[in-house]
Amino acid sequence: MGSFKLGKMTLSSLFKQPETILYPTVAKKAPAGLKGHIENDIGVCILCGICEKTCPAGALRVDKKENYWAIDRFRCVQCAACTRACPKACLAMRPSYMKPSASMSEDVFFKPAPSEDELAAKEARKAAKLEAAMKAKAARQEMQEG
Amino acid sequence: MSQHTVIPFGPQHPVLPEPLHLDLVVDDERVIEAVPQIGFIHRGLERMTQTHDYNQFIYIAERICGICAFGHSLGYAETIESLLGVEIPPRAEYLRVILHELSRMHSHILWLGLAADAFGHEALFMHCWRLRERILDVFEATTGGRVILSAVIVGGMVRDQDAAMLQMIKDTIVGIKDEYGQLVNTFVNDSSIRSRLDGIGYISKEDAMRYGMVGPFARASNVNNDVRCLGKGGYGKLSTFDPIMDTSGDCFGRAKVRALEVLQSADIIEEMIDTIPGGEVAIPVKHAPEPGAQACNTLEQPRGECYYYALSNGTKYLERMRMRTPTSVNLAGMAMALKGCDLADVNMIVLTIDPCISCTER
Ligand code: SF4
Ligand code: SF4
Repeated sequence: MGSFKLGKMTLSSLFKQPETILYPTVAKKAPAGLKGHIENDIGVCILCGICEKTCPAGALRVDKKENYWAIDRFRCVQCAACTRACPKACLAMRPSYMKPSASMSEDVFFKPAPSEDELAAKEARKAAKLEAAMKAKAARQEMQEG
Repeated sequence: MSQHTVIPFGPQHPVLPEPLHLDLVVDDERVIEAVPQIGFIHRGLERMTQTHDYNQFIYIAERICGICAFGHSLGYAETIESLLGVEIPPRAEYLRVILHELSRMHSHILWLGLAADAFGHEALFMHCWRLRERILDVFEATTGGRVILSAVIVGGMVRDQDAAMLQMIKDTIVGIKDEYGQLVNTFVNDSSIRSRLDGIGYISKEDAMRYGMVGPFARASNVNNDVRCLGKGGYGKLSTFDPIMDTSGDCFGRAKVRALEVLQSADIIEEMIDTIPGGEVAIPVKHAPEPGAQACNTLEQPRGECYYYALSNGTKYLERMRMRTPTSVNLAGMAMALKGCDLADVNMIVLTIDPCISCTER
């Protein structure tokens, strides 16, 4: 027993680097695995709405007719459940700290209309699929007849 | 003839970390009786199992308490896994124990800081919370969150941790051990602290058993009800496990048990990291439980044994979910310990049960 048991540690603290940082002049380094905030690669998103159904906080809104995907960042609890549920893997959590927001609003992302090239590629893919299906059908019929 | 006065204490009070209300019946400076009252932060979280499916509820379960957040998501996931008859991969069990013990360390170090603050040792308070910050940084690097981790899912863990990450956890723990040792030495041997804690809020072993006390509060009165001894999940893989016990039954005993449990948790984590098996960390779980199926589970939270019960109705939404948290049991013991104490010691005694009222009320 005795007192001043913490003396050594307290004195040595005088000669150490401070443990705190001067926020906001100095920014904290975000670790690679940080669940920062949700980002959607809207070009890849097919607006299927699975993320909306998965979200426990009701932070997401997906409207296929109006062609948008929206997130209410004040509702989002950063659970990352939507990123795991997304069939196109277009949702990701960006490991960075966000600036404090000054207003409460929803972030709405409209899916861009597909370009000429993309439309053509889509048509080509569709045609190729159709052709393959027709061929397979013909082969099956031949087998049955033969 | 002496006259009794009733002093209302809390729910908003500078020395209380939690919204607990006490009606203190005092005679001069001595507390004759303490009548606890809760009900200020009931949020109806158990009811939300009926509006959120069992996968979504895990994120609500971890919001039951900010400090045992990981423990609640773990206890809930284990309950649902036994309801569904799912066995999780061994690596996930190890990772769960590692994170659970890390959260015990952070919870106890936080408590030690609060206790230091309560008996007026500001420097000790700062040093405790400084060390706790290292553990929060580990959480942030491994799971992406500092307090609410969202690391558990029904069927395993969200993320695997690679060898480098596990080594980082180990290095951090080894790194704080020396400084933490000095803090423990202060708690256990400093005469000014001892004069504030020794013999205050004494509870005998018999009373602790009679009032069904749990956690470090009971272990300080030499009652062993550490659920980790049952060896569930990853705890069954430990080579030895001896709960930390003390016979003094007073505030000092409770502080000492918690201070030493941090070192024990550090040892458990090191052993788990050394022996962790490889393989998957989660299995997909999609099916709904059988109608009428029931499951229960106990888990040693930082504050003591927590009990979980789930009843299924055959859908992905549970019929009923119930948790009995450690503080709801310990409040009776606390009211007992307050009888006959000095008014100035009330905050110290309330603090030594490590009350978590938001757990209790859910
Ligand atoms: S689940 Fe993925 S693809 Fe579907 S709407 Fe959400 S973000 Fe888009
Ligand atoms: S991270 Fe969780 S709360 Fe946030 S949008 Fe995704 S599912 Fe919803």
